[in-house]
Amino acid sequence: MQIPAPFDYERASDVANALVLLERHGPESRIIAGGHSLLPMMKLRLARPEWLIDINDLAELDFIRREGDQLRIGALTRHTTLLESADVAELFPIIRDAEQVIADPVVRNRGTIGGSLCQADPAEDLSTVCDVLRAQAVIRGPDGERIVAMSDFHRGPYETAVAQNELLYEIRFTIHPRSGSAYEKVERRVGDWAVVAAGAAVGLSQDGTIEEAAIGLTAVGLDGTVPEAEATLRGRQPHEDLFIEAARIAAAVCHPVDDQRGPVDYKRHLADELTRRVLRRACARAAGAQEG
Amino acid sequence: MTVNGDKVTREIEPRVLLVHFIRENLGLTGTHWGCDTSNCGTCVVLMDGQPVKSCTVLAAMADGHDIRTVEGLAVGGTLDPVQQGFMEEHGLQCGFCTPGMMLTARALLDRNPHPDDAEIRQAISGQICRCTGYATIVRSVQWAAAHPLGTDAATDDGGAGATIEEGVTA
Repeated sequence: MQIPAPFDYERASDVANALVLLERHGPESRIIAGGHSLLPMMKLRLARPEWLIDINDLAELDFIRREGDQLRIGALTRHTTLLESADVAELFPIIRDAEQVIADPVVRNRGTIGGSLCQADPAEDLSTVCDVLRAQAVIRGPDGERIVAMSDFHRGPYETAVAQNELLYEIRFTIHPRSGSAYEKVERRVGDWAVVAAGAAVGLSQDGTIEEAAIGLTAVGLDGTVPEAEATLRGRQPHEDLFIEAARIAAAVCHPVDDQRGPVDYKRHLADELTRRVLRRACARAAGAQEG
Repeated sequence: MTVNGDKVTREIEPRVLLVHFIRENLGLTGTHWGCDTSNCGTCVVLMDGQPVKSCTVLAAMADGHDIRTVEGLAVGGTLDPVQQGFMEEHGLQCGFCTPGMMLTARALLDRNPHPDDAEIRQAISGQICRCTGYATIVRSVQWAAAHPLGTDAATDDGGAGATIEEGVTA
């Protein structure tokens, strides 16, 4: 029977209270939201906090708000809520694509965007999505609020910019005109981590050339996006040959490892093929084309 | 917390998982305990109407919430249409996955009374059956969708409403 080692538990009443509790209980205290990453790790003794601070009551952290040129998503927003949001589907279809393949529908009822990002598993889908969308993380701590670019948020596997006495408050996404995005994942079965997944976002200029591009790959040892492939895309017209060229670069620079999910050459092949597909779909979406 | 409509209060260690609280502290063994890693879905219960995997929820986190287990599906001695559907369409063999499957089906039908087969398969995609396979489970849920009031409303068999006495309990 898998049961976590003993710990103490306290519910936070609001964000300020959660920060007070983190201070009070010190370095061995951790925030718990959906718990679908942390509790399994605690069962395996890969994590052994002495205090869990439950933030599930903090309705103030559960929101999706469109304000000006930003979409703001609270850290406690559940995967199911993201999947069902009309704003998310319209503005950032990559989030919806990813949410359809994150864990399974029952797990998505509990898991949160903040929990996924703070867990920072190298095979985690939303980390790639947020990298690709050049999102910003709003972090609250005892000294107030600070904003961290997603490129600085992830410090390595299971490590983020969120300090022990801080709390991820929200994620901000900038809305660009004539933009499109997409995500696609190959997994062995529903609920498994990705063998490989790819995400892309593009912004087109008035004449249809690619003005801005981002490509990310999941579970192949990449730190952030793939600038070499992105540079290839900028200033050029979306075209199948261009997608092939960018995908080849992305597949070449990633670092897949041989494991139970597949050998290196298979994963590199997936990185190549999935990058082509998400570029194709992101550009089609940006051009307002119908989904293929 | 409230379990199947009853207020329950117990002193427990923070590390007690909801599945063990339900089975051991409350004696409601209809909720099954399987993989312990939130993969198999046999421990699914409804929390505020939504299916959750109770091996990955602390009992303390469910405090103040409304929990429904398979024991709470039948109302007043009459089986839920989902339970009747599983009987009619042979949706179970060993029965291990059945409580979780039925609760997820109930939650699905509450939101979407007329799901297509793909929507049913999607809803149960986080739950594993190792005997009947999924075809009969999907048919069972479709039976419940077609008979929202259970056998009483059925026109094809004219049978009386299934009761717990003549039916099965999980």
